[in-house]
Amino acid sequence: MDPQAKIEITALRKQFGSLVVLKDINLTVAPGSVVALIGPSGSGKSTLLRCINLLVTPEGGRVRVGKDVFSFDADTKLPGVRQLAQFRANTGMVFQHFNLFPHMTALGNVMEAPVTVRRKPKAEARQHALALLAKVGLADKVNEYPSRLSGGQKQRVAIARALAMEPEVMLFDEATSALDPELVGEVLAVMQQLAAEGMTMVIVTHEIAFAREVADRLIFMRDGVVVEEGPARQVIDSPREAATQAFLSHFHRAGAPAATPPA
Amino acid sequence: MYQWDFSFLWSYRWLFFQGLGVTVGFTVAIVVLGLVAGLVSALANLSRFGLPRWLALSYIEVFRCTPVLVQLVWFYYALPVLSGIEISAVSASILALSLYGGSFYSEIIRGGIVSIDPGQNEAAAALGMTPGQAMRRIILPQALKRMVPALMNQSIIQFKNTSLVSVLAVPDLLYQGQVAAHDSYRPLEVYSAVAVAYFVLLFPLTAIVRQGEKKLATSD
Ligand SMILES: Nc1ncnc2c1ncn2[C@@H]1O[C@H](COP(=O)(O)OP(=O)(O)O)[C@@H](O)[C@H]1O
Ligand SMILES: [Mg+2]
Repeated sequence: MDPQAKIEITALRKQFGSLVVLKDINLTVAPGSVVALIGPSGSGKSTLLRCINLLVTPEGGRVRVGKDVFSFDADTKLPGVRQLAQFRANTGMVFQHFNLFPHMTALGNVMEAPVTVRRKPKAEARQHALALLAKVGLADKVNEYPSRLSGGQKQRVAIARALAMEPEVMLFDEATSALDPELVGEVLAVMQQLAAEGMTMVIVTHEIAFAREVADRLIFMRDGVVVEEGPARQVIDSPREAATQAFLSHFHRAGAPAATPPA
Repeated sequence: MYQWDFSFLWSYRWLFFQGLGVTVGFTVAIVVLGLVAGLVSALANLSRFGLPRWLALSYIEVFRCTPVLVQLVWFYYALPVLSGIEISAVSASILALSLYGGSFYSEIIRGGIVSIDPGQNEAAAALGMTPGQAMRRIILPQALKRMVPALMNQSIIQFKNTSLVSVLAVPDLLYQGQVAAHDSYRPLEVYSAVAVAYFVLLFPLTAIVRQGEKKLATSD
């Protein structure tokens, strides 16, 4: 369809048992662009994100990230364990609840995958990890265990951990939803910096103001379908669909925090 | 009134030491082999495939639901008839006690693995780790820490179960005690000494386990 795109999702279908969660999703993400994914809880945002790195296996459609393509049709063989692992090594994912490895220091968390998966020499992985932790503002926490870090610090370690694999794209699943309000800014700042550096990103978020500021395109999902899609500012400021209007108005009423992603 | 007299035991000291050596050697062997059997069957039990799961489950249930003494006797007297291979009392004992312990270790290990937050496996997978790498580097190190007290408890039971090998005339501590008792006609002193020897070896171990449990309770 669009060979220039970094991520290309075609006719994606996913169901859990009899519950159809994604119905014919099509999505392209241009290199270096940021796509924000919004929608009510249960609309399938997390599932869509997890289909992009094949953490869940779709029932149908096609998923391409960079040069790696997998098709999921009745007659094609499902990818094997090693193929899947290689595919996922090229996509970074950041989770709502951080999922740091509690038995490793911040440095250990960031070094782990390059050493185990890419067989990088330890010294080299260490240098890279230290640089990444400095980049997310945690140079002084490299030897701390996750239990001694604040939520915002944990999430920044998690971002550094994903970046250590030098992924082609970064996927964020409500990266700030589990944080105390005063810690949201420091994580959004790191995400904004990544976007400015040209990382291709898909972010599921409830930070509408941040999405308006940082995202190039915005997708509104409901009940497993894309209801509306367009330039982020345009969709947020003047949504066309009634469902989008209703969802966004709820946000304004609830008094979503102002657009203050720190530079 | 019975006249206690422990002084004659000194002349049997070498017999007791030999027995103790066999008991400790057996314990080491059946703890190590039992842990291997337990780990392998726990991983098989958690497999995505049906056959390994079924095999592991059959093994665990057969060994958990028959008395260990029956297993011991079965491996020594029945297995050779069935397989046509002669098996020594020592091999039969090690086989039976390791497999018996393994069936309990297996459930402890499986429980430890499934107690780890699924988010850990997801994070590992998202970074490009294979399921094997995730198990080895992320899940098992965390799970093992939680399992240690239960594994130690089971190992203490393994230690005590070694006394059963005396029924196959393997010269462990209890068997040598029987020899000394028949020889001296003083079973009261001999068996008391044997019981004390087991206690002296095990009591410090249980204290360590209790300490470890306390530490674990405060650490998370
Ligand atoms: N592993 C799963 N098994 C069964 N149902 C699931 C699973 N994951 C998600 N779902 C269901 O799929 C729907 C969409 O979930 P999700 O993608 O998490 O939505 P969102 O992230 O938009 O809140 C929900 O109804 C949820 O209950
Ligand atoms: Mg979600």
